[in-house]
Amino acid sequence: MIRGTIKVAEESCKGCELCIGACPQDSLGLSDKINVKGYRFVRLVQDNCTGCVNCALVCPEAAITVYRQKKTTVKREPVAVGV
Amino acid sequence: MSTEPEKPRMMKGNEALAEAAIRAGLQAYFGYPITPQSEILEYFTVEMPKRGGVALQAESELAAINMVYGAAAAGARAMTSSSSPGISLMQEGLSYMASAQLPCLVVNVSRGGPGLGTIQPAQSDYFQATKGGGHGDYHLIVLAPSTVQEMADFVFDAFRLAERYRNPAMILADGALGQMMEKVVLPPEGSLPRTEKPWATTGKPPWRERNYITSLYIEPDEMEGINLQLQKKYAEMQKEVRYQEVDTDDAEILVVAFGLAARIAQNAMEQARERGIKVGLLRPITLYPFPHEAIGNLTRNVVSVLVVEMNAGQMVEDVRLAVNGRRPVHFKGRMGGVIPSPEEVLEAIESVAESYRIPQE
Amino acid sequence: MEIPVATNGMEVVYRKPSTLTETPFHYCPGCGHGVAHRLLMEVVEEMGIQEKTIGVAPVGCSVFAYHYMNIDMQEAAHGRACAVATGIKRVMPDRFVFSYQGDGDLAAIGTGETIHTVNRGENILVVFINNAIYGMTGGQMAPTTLLGMVTSTTPYGREQPVMGFPLKITDLIAQLPGSYYVTRQAVHTPATVRKTKKAFRTAFEYQQHKKGTCFVEVVSNCPSGWKMTPVESNEWMEKNMFPAYPLGDLKVPHPILSQV
Repeated sequence: MIRGTIKVAEESCKGCELCIGACPQDSLGLSDKINVKGYRFVRLVQDNCTGCVNCALVCPEAAITVYRQKKTTVKREPVAVGV
Repeated sequence: MSTEPEKPRMMKGNEALAEAAIRAGLQAYFGYPITPQSEILEYFTVEMPKRGGVALQAESELAAINMVYGAAAAGARAMTSSSSPGISLMQEGLSYMASAQLPCLVVNVSRGGPGLGTIQPAQSDYFQATKGGGHGDYHLIVLAPSTVQEMADFVFDAFRLAERYRNPAMILADGALGQMMEKVVLPPEGSLPRTEKPWATTGKPPWRERNYITSLYIEPDEMEGINLQLQKKYAEMQKEVRYQEVDTDDAEILVVAFGLAARIAQNAMEQARERGIKVGLLRPITLYPFPHEAIGNLTRNVVSVLVVEMNAGQMVEDVRLAVNGRRPVHFKGRMGGVIPSPEEVLEAIESVAESYRIPQE
Repeated sequence: MEIPVATNGMEVVYRKPSTLTETPFHYCPGCGHGVAHRLLMEVVEEMGIQEKTIGVAPVGCSVFAYHYMNIDMQEAAHGRACAVATGIKRVMPDRFVFSYQGDGDLAAIGTGETIHTVNRGENILVVFINNAIYGMTGGQMAPTTLLGMVTSTTPYGREQPVMGFPLKITDLIAQLPGSYYVTRQAVHTPATVRKTKKAFRTAFEYQQHKKGTCFVEVVSNCPSGWKMTPVESNEWMEKNMFPAYPLGDLKVPHPILSQV
């Protein structure tokens, strides 16, 4: 399995949960903590992210940066691949 | 380029204005047909394609003024023209442009109202032109020509002032000035230099922050700040005030009139002088800023003031403020597109003279 | 449970485009505007046209679009975005010009400007966000509000004898000879997001070749106005909005003509 991970800009997240539904791995959930705006922000709840970018695609806040394990054979452009 | 001054030629006011605008470096014109100014739109649709500019007949005056907004905010020298009902439709756009501080020229070849009114000349848009016209605290720079020559010359002045102050300017003419033919010497092409517009939305290069043009400031403090900026600008603009005085030195009655009414008043004044009534004329050329000070000063030496307008009495309110109760202010006006005759203005002068028993020799 | 985020040996495969500013969106949680903004700006970044793009913001929820898009922009009066965009494009024909408008702005107060701008075939992109409601002013009826739909001004549901029919303005736009590419998309799932981005890209490419007006409708949600959670709103949209406003291309160029 390809390994991936995400970083969430916690202060931008509004806890809309759309990414949670878009994640095929059920990797995401809301934090118990709240951010400065009073929203429970999203975070990884399982260590099984594949870096598929679905969460980032549907995120209305552009709050998610997606990382994926480097492939040695294929060179990727660092912007918005998978779209 | 020849340094010979151009020969005078006979032109309609509307056409002289349009030709002058092209010579003033106009880049884009957007307009909509309405009598009595359609010649302006027609002239541009003929000439602009040949001379490298944009001329577009919009679907409405609303669209036209907003096209001007877009073009002006992109840095172009842009204008529109219309007549009273169409100018009413443009008020929203003008308020936005005043707030967003966009230079442009709007020409009102005005006609009698209210409502659909008449296509005959009137001056009943004075309030609308000088007091803002749309919502919010703002002013346009307003120039009032009284000859075809001024229809042409004031285009240059209007663009110069609009760009200096980043504010919409208006030429407030009327149907008669637009339609009449007179001799005119046109200003030379290219004689109005381009202004730097670093604020314009031309596409964001990497070396500067993005430019955005807006009139929306949700925070009251910020909105008040914009208002203070506007008010400061309007205070500075007062130095641009222009007016013409005729025979005011020994005048006992001061006639105040602008535009077409000033021409009629001057004729009546000359007849009154022949009858021994010492009358002088002050013709405001800029209606905003208004020559309050000049009128106030002249008032000290006259017995009475008479304001002549082609409306129910609009500029007379500003004259009263300038006179500030020191002298009686009389009013003679015709409405609804009726042009007062020199004779009826003369009658008004005589009646003022009689009421104050100025000796008639 | 805290899952440690370790990025060693990994590369960024998705990030916020540099053509969006640092300012966080003011939109309600789950609102489609943020996605549409991001996709537009991703296309601008990828095409390398930030220096040549000028946007026009509307009146409505996206009135502050110029705070988020890191490009030169103008804020238009309500409904006049297409006229403003026309003014820009006419004096700067080599720039990429787009208007970004909601349903009230584009299809009610601005119908005249919209129709005539498209009919002139202005070389601009019109982005039309249709969520069938006036979000900014508190959830009133929009021209695209569905029959039976409850809003704050159709408290008993939109009734045709009183408030007329939902206006399918995109269908109308597709009929005009000035429109070149007309499509209806959405931004609520990874698949629809990809398609919408492709539509924006296609539209900008056509604009580069002066093909005429490109019109991209985005059927979107309004969780606050519809009084639903974001997830519910997307489900409601699929069930009720898509039948009335089916996704897909309404007008695509003839294959030979479209070769750019």
